[in-house]
Amino acid sequence: MADLSSTFAGIRSPNPFWLASGPPTNCGEQIQRAFEAGWGGAVWKTLGDPIVNVSSRYSSVDWNGQRMMGLNNIELITDRPLETNLREITEVKKRFPQHAVIASIMVDSNREAWHTIVKRCEDAGADGLELNFGCPHGMSERGMGSAVGQVPDYACMITEWVKEVARTPVLVKLTPNVTDIRMVARAAKRAGADALSAINTINSITGIDLDTLTPRPNVGGMSSHGGYCGPAVKPIALHLIQQIAADPQAVLPLSGIGGISGWREAAEFILLGCGTVQVCTAAMHHGYRIVEDMIDGLSNWMDDKGFRTIEDFRGLSVPKITEWKHLDLNYKIVARINRETCIGCDLCYIACWDGAHQCIHFDARPPAGITVTPVSRPEALRATGGPTPPARIPHVDETECVGCNLCWLVCPVENCISMAKIDTGAPPQSWAQRTEA
Amino acid sequence: MTASSVVPANLERFPDLHPALDSQSAVAEANRCLFCYDAPCTAACPTHIDVPRFIRKIGSGNLRGSALTILDANILGLSCSRVCPVDVLCEGSCVMHRYNKKPIEIGRLQRYAIEHGKASIACPAPGDAALNVACVGGGPASLSCAAELRRHGARVTVFDNRPLPGGLNTYGVAEYKLRPTDSLREVEMIRAMGVEFRQAEIGGAIPLSQLEAEFDFIFIGVGLGAMDRLGIPGDQLPGVIDALRFIERYKTQPSFAPGRTVIVIGGGNTAIDAANAAVRLGAQDVHLFYRRTPNEMPAFPFEYDHAKIEGVRFHWLAKPIAVVEVAGRAAAVRFANTRLTGPAGDGRQTIEVIPDSEYEVACDTVIPALGQSRLTSTLHLEINGSSVAVDRPTGRTSNPKYYAGGDCVNGGREVVDAVADGKRAALGMLSNGMAKHG
Ligand SMILES: Cc1cc2nc3c(=O)[nH]c(=O)nc-3n(C[C@H](O)[C@H](O)[C@H](O)COP(=O)(O)OP(=O)(O)OC[C@H]3O[C@@H](n4cnc5c(N)ncnc54)[C@H](O)[C@@H]3O)c2cc1C
Ligand SMILES: Cc1cc2nc3c(=O)[nH]c(=O)nc-3n(C[C@H](O)[C@H](O)[C@H](O)COP(=O)(O)O)c2cc1C
Ligand code: SF4
Repeated sequence: MADLSSTFAGIRSPNPFWLASGPPTNCGEQIQRAFEAGWGGAVWKTLGDPIVNVSSRYSSVDWNGQRMMGLNNIELITDRPLETNLREITEVKKRFPQHAVIASIMVDSNREAWHTIVKRCEDAGADGLELNFGCPHGMSERGMGSAVGQVPDYACMITEWVKEVARTPVLVKLTPNVTDIRMVARAAKRAGADALSAINTINSITGIDLDTLTPRPNVGGMSSHGGYCGPAVKPIALHLIQQIAADPQAVLPLSGIGGISGWREAAEFILLGCGTVQVCTAAMHHGYRIVEDMIDGLSNWMDDKGFRTIEDFRGLSVPKITEWKHLDLNYKIVARINRETCIGCDLCYIACWDGAHQCIHFDARPPAGITVTPVSRPEALRATGGPTPPARIPHVDETECVGCNLCWLVCPVENCISMAKIDTGAPPQSWAQRTEA
Repeated sequence: MTASSVVPANLERFPDLHPALDSQSAVAEANRCLFCYDAPCTAACPTHIDVPRFIRKIGSGNLRGSALTILDANILGLSCSRVCPVDVLCEGSCVMHRYNKKPIEIGRLQRYAIEHGKASIACPAPGDAALNVACVGGGPASLSCAAELRRHGARVTVFDNRPLPGGLNTYGVAEYKLRPTDSLREVEMIRAMGVEFRQAEIGGAIPLSQLEAEFDFIFIGVGLGAMDRLGIPGDQLPGVIDALRFIERYKTQPSFAPGRTVIVIGGGNTAIDAANAAVRLGAQDVHLFYRRTPNEMPAFPFEYDHAKIEGVRFHWLAKPIAVVEVAGRAAAVRFANTRLTGPAGDGRQTIEVIPDSEYEVACDTVIPALGQSRLTSTLHLEINGSSVAVDRPTGRTSNPKYYAGGDCVNGGREVVDAVADGKRAALGMLSNGMAKHG
């Protein structure tokens, strides 16, 4: 049985699955239920001077009949009094001493204010602090959140203030709304941060109501840009994590966030170097209960792979990402279509023809023209579920195929198109080597 | 009778066989469509509706565009969505079958698109040089022909001998598939396109010669004639009513009831429709007798399956010998057992009666559902077998002034075949007329 327990920058938790700062971590009662459901840790909804929120606050992007592929919000930090939150932190820690409770914090750019909130949170019993330098809406207009996270010098200064008084580990949560995330990550590291969390939400406008012409979410006929998260942002988050993980001047223990909704995404973030992962949208969508399969699925996968602990596989994929110029130009694959399983949808044909390299063909296709009812009744009956007509099964001209993968990506049938390795006889050679020679 | 006088009780007795989709399920189903290239469903539809295109428009929320895509190919897209035997047409050819998945519900999506698309088709006003065409018969073939002609600016008059146009869509199709009100809604759409409708018997009140003098072309879409009689003693007794008249009556007369025990004779789709209707109209026992076996039955397998679920009891290898009279009414049918004696020249199994095998089955109503006679003998056109002979791609008959399509040409198929025929004939006339007008 795999051991999922985690020690992250000195913070211990029964598993690496933490709830990210947000609505699921708004109050102590919620966090206690989350811990009962199996979550290993929780980053409290960002604490600071209580704010006033608007309604509505969320909007989403649906895709292909599925709800909430991406979620956008214009919510600010906690709207509850600091005293209440601190009292509840103490209660939660009393009942769940083994679980990680992290206080996310954000106050004005004023040394005293930061010193005060750090001390109060630690006095309440928080296991660590997460500095919210990422909130991209509302708070940034007031000089906080991503207004700090977008300027390495500010991020460095505030992290230093916090480190002057902090007794627990300090995580800096980064915004993706920058041209190079490594610059802020390096600044945080210089200032002595113990760990980094990434990513916060991405600036977004999810869409416009085509009846009222008002973008969503609609607040009395007006809207404002928000922060995007949910399954849609995972590839962006993974890339930013990889950027930090591969940069010696930036790398610190990493808590991965962005589009994680199950154990598979969690494994991906860990493979790119994360020690813990955080979840917000998926818990908002389906509730705390999703953690059950995250724990179960990850342990089963680890057992199958022979990994005993998280450390056994953490970061294993980092060295497998390199610069393009080091990829082997002589590695060649081609597409092959399995005639037995092809259903004749011909999506690969049109994809290669219009979107790739025009190398998928038909042997025999009768010309289109005026037809009368094509088949007589008994024949039509037999056609139901019959074999794919040979004229609808395409084939690949392997001499022209560039091995782009497009046909394989569009094919709806599992294992119908495969990408086969061709031996070119040539030794591996990268662009860097070729231009050197 | 008017559109509103459809038998209200039929709404409850004949609820939709395939209920309408709501918008969430329509979008989910639309998104299942693979959007095949050169899709086989489009080829399998006799009117070649661009199926993936209209389905994709449902997914994108462009319902008017979706409905127009359908109507562009098939003006009776609504009735077709409800009456087409999709299992042997579009849905039968769906590639999903080969992927162990349910085919896309094309018929129900088509209905959804048209019912929600609120599409109307604008037609140019007929100019001075416009073709002037008479369509004889007001069924699907003529309606489709007339609509296509109007879209190209022609002037069209449809002559039908019944109180209401629509042909079998109004008077014949099973009520749980299509209601007369829906058929008449389509007629109204076509009327709004500028087609003129007149009730008249052509060859009777108005002779063909009159049409020949008034119109550039005449389209013959008269369908088939009355049902064949059983041709046995007692087949004219009260209590014997052929399937077509039986169906027409329950669809139009509120207090029509078939009695307790009903015998249907025949093995086609019409026999099944009549038997199912008898069950829903309250008959306790509905028996269907067929001369051959289930293998030879011309009805579609899914219609047979449906009838079994409705509670119709099937009896094979039974040939009616006589209808038995009691007190001036049909009271029973005498049958003899048959056996198959091997395929004849046309490939159909021949039968012979087994001697001394007769038996009687008591009943209140006898519904013969044999073939329909042909109406075409009064027309002076070349007849192929008993149907009008045409050039299939253009619908043109041996007399260049006449075109024809639908059941009277194909011997009785589906609504969608009639629609395809009518449209092809319209295009045939238009290109012929173009050549004529220079
Ligand atoms: C009981 C039954 C159930 C059916 N169910 C289905 C089904 O579920 N799905 C399906 O796709 N198909 C079904 N069909 C078949 C379908 O109804 C026909 O294929 C289709 O209606 C043929 O259209 P049409 O225009 O050729 O003829 P019809 O619909 O028969 O229309 C011909 C019209 O011409 C009129 N007419 C005839 N002679 C003259 C004249 N001399 N002057 C003026 N008017 C005249 C007739 O009164 C009639 O109104 C069914 C048929 C029957 C009988
Ligand atoms: C395979 C591929 C190659 C691309 N190549 C280029 C390129 O050479 N130059 C460029 O400006 N954008 C390129 N793009 C980006 C696209 O132009 C576009 O900005 C991006 O795909 C986002 O749009 P979309 O997701 O809506 O298609 C490429 C995109 C793809 C998928
Ligand atoms: S891999 Fe790319 S180039 Fe090769 S057949 Fe497929 S789509 Fe065409």
